[in-house]
Amino acid sequence: MTVIARTQIPAVRSAPAAWRWVRSAASGIRWYVTALMGDSAYDTYVAHQRAHHPDAEVPTERQFWRDRMADQDRNPGARCC
Amino acid sequence: MTAAMPRGRGKNGVLEQDPKLPPVAVSEKDHERENRWTLPKILLWAAIALLGAVAWTMLAIVRGETVNAIWFVFAAVCTYLIGYRFYAKVIEKYILRPDDRRATPAEILEDGKDFVPTDRRVLYGHHFAAIAGAGPLVGPVLAAQMGFLPGTIWIIVGVVLAGAVQDYTVLFFSMRRSGRSIGQMARDTLGRIGGTAAIIASLLIMVIIIAILALVVVNALGESPWGVFSVGMTLPIAIFMGLYLRFIRPGKITEVSLIGFVLLMAAIIGGGAVAGTEWGQAVFSLDRTTLAWALIIYGFIAAVLPVWLLLAPRDYLSTFMKVGVIVMLAGAIVLVRPEISVPAFTDFASNGAGPVFSGSLFPFLFVTIACGALSGFHALISSGTTPKLIEKERQTKFIGYGGMLMESFVAIMALVAAISIDQGIYFAMNAPAALTGGTVEHAAAFVNSLGLTGVHVTPEMLTNTAAGVGEPSIISRTGGAPTLALGLAHIMHQLIGGPSIMGFWYHFAIMFEALFILTAVDAGTRVARFMLQDSIGAFFPRFRDVSWRPGVWVCTAIMVAAWGYILILGVTDPLGGINTFFPLFGIANQLLAGIALAVVFAIVAKRGRSYVRWLWIIAVPLAFTAVITITASLYKIFSPVPGIGYWANNAKYRAAQAAGDGSLGTPEVVEAVIRNTAVQGTLSIIFVVLTAIVMVVAVIVGIKAIRDGVSDDGEDAPVPSRRFAPAGLIATRAERGLEAQWAEHDAAQPVGRGASRH
Repeated sequence: MTVIARTQIPAVRSAPAAWRWVRSAASGIRWYVTALMGDSAYDTYVAHQRAHHPDAEVPTERQFWRDRMADQDRNPGARCC
Repeated sequence: MTAAMPRGRGKNGVLEQDPKLPPVAVSEKDHERENRWTLPKILLWAAIALLGAVAWTMLAIVRGETVNAIWFVFAAVCTYLIGYRFYAKVIEKYILRPDDRRATPAEILEDGKDFVPTDRRVLYGHHFAAIAGAGPLVGPVLAAQMGFLPGTIWIIVGVVLAGAVQDYTVLFFSMRRSGRSIGQMARDTLGRIGGTAAIIASLLIMVIIIAILALVVVNALGESPWGVFSVGMTLPIAIFMGLYLRFIRPGKITEVSLIGFVLLMAAIIGGGAVAGTEWGQAVFSLDRTTLAWALIIYGFIAAVLPVWLLLAPRDYLSTFMKVGVIVMLAGAIVLVRPEISVPAFTDFASNGAGPVFSGSLFPFLFVTIACGALSGFHALISSGTTPKLIEKERQTKFIGYGGMLMESFVAIMALVAAISIDQGIYFAMNAPAALTGGTVEHAAAFVNSLGLTGVHVTPEMLTNTAAGVGEPSIISRTGGAPTLALGLAHIMHQLIGGPSIMGFWYHFAIMFEALFILTAVDAGTRVARFMLQDSIGAFFPRFRDVSWRPGVWVCTAIMVAAWGYILILGVTDPLGGINTFFPLFGIANQLLAGIALAVVFAIVAKRGRSYVRWLWIIAVPLAFTAVITITASLYKIFSPVPGIGYWANNAKYRAAQAAGDGSLGTPEVVEAVIRNTAVQGTLSIIFVVLTAIVMVVAVIVGIKAIRDGVSDDGEDAPVPSRRFAPAGLIATRAERGLEAQWAEHDAAQPVGRGASRH
């Protein structure tokens, strides 16, 4: 009984720690995937504009992506074989 | 803090750091301390070296009945680690000499869009997704006809000494020039003649690469209703994703990619059901010529449509699949550990009479496996987007050299997958229809007549294998993709799903290869059109205006016609297609590598006296590529053996035509061979002439620079950096210390320094 209790106590105590670990791993993966796929491109751009050109108008996210796609149309990038 | 700061080297103090900022680079002292050999470090590297040596011994020396696939993984990974830890370090220390006190273009020109200092781990993924495509999945499969060892050695040793060296140096020098392209660097370094030759070569290579990749897809989908349906479904899926991102939820790329992935899986499963119905077979069984025309029409439309509608969303899907599948395959090989019964060498390595492609090991192995060992095309990527996103100079080693090591590992896995299937089935799939006759009886008889030890196939085996993956036939499915798909299905079904799900895995593999290739076809057509518009624009300025639609249409049509012509020749080639055209792909790719290395050679020679001693690091791969491309081209032009020499074959068929000899085939067949060999032979001549021009110019420029004692390679003026980030995947102790100082510094600032996470 006492043995079981002993093993249970640390398990109960460490549950939040393990949970924190899982959560931080999940948020790390989420950060990596979204950064890799480009979800954060707009936020990066807005942060840049705010920091360096605070007076400039910031486009909406929709407009930002339209401009970005138009840029790619004008300036194609290669993909490898 | 100031004590740990490195001293400015610049005479005018140009690299003196802002004393108000924490250090922007690890100090010399800390650097030296961290590089000191300690006992645990020595033991670790000794263990890696030992494991690698054991793995190589198992592959190269021990001759058992079979060899376990795990040794391929160990041999590759241990060699990569040693190459990265030791050889890349030598390149860093003596050839490139990065300096973290210098700001990168991403920092100097930061605009939040094109120039963005990007987390090194994210950029690694980006760069890898841009360089790796179908290439490393195809070449190793074809080269497996020579046995597993030649391909394995070339992929692993080649990447360490050549491929990764090229990618790393091109990336670095482009970064020192604000992200200039390899074409521009060629013009700057080699002058007009060398630069023009380099640009013509890149355009031509683009055309060849698109044509051959398209041929791979056509061969994989011909007469395959399941494949045609599921790959065809990628178009509506991609368009849906494009519309979703444009009108519903802009910027939610991961979300839409997940939706796209689910739809893609549904398309693969649905394809199996559709192919099982009569109407499905009637609608989606297309012959290869029809498919080739469909692809040509598609190529034109896709290249003139706006990128947001088709290209960009499919690119997201392809990146998503690429990383996922590679991780999955690596895991599966480690868990399943298939036994390989293919011999280390077959007779085809020496006699050059292999049915998959002709020619002996030297030089044809080295042009068959380009991507994965040394790929010139990477020079275009390494000098494109990536250098504009690098945060710190010293990260170029991890991204450039390390990224290429990963591609090489993909090539090794493709090789393992291809050799894990029965060797008889391998030859039945990869020998051209001209040899197998296209029927199971003929194919089995042909493969058994090759005289390979331990190979015996029966018609039933071939029929059952085809039925197992839901295909009408697997005979002469040349091009590498179907073989790899069968290998992947063979490995994966042992892990998940059992034999009943082989068809799913097979079409899953075909689908993801087709995704890469279709993206490469669109993007390549666009880039080629852009180059053409630029060139025509020199005479008719209106063509430079990329929003002038008639110009876009005309140039797209010209480029599509160019690759479409070669594709049609390949599809209708009476001698096979892949076996006759693939060498051109490899030669073109290696030629581009030769050009890139020649440019790097000239740049390093211009850097100054202390660099000349180490010039051999570039000269060795440069000389090697020069020798293999030129030898392979000369064989293709001058060899008197009709199986190898294009012109010899041309003469043979011409003679038959003149004599009215019908033994080589109908008059149409003879006519087709004469035309195809003439095209192939002409391209070979153009390639070899262009290579020779660029190499000669580079050597002259290099020698002149050394003699004149030039010490200016034409890079941008240094600007002091104002930020810090670690160089490698894992931050060292000193780097963590600096990161902590920067975190403290940033926290004290009123405005945060961007959202980037360190």
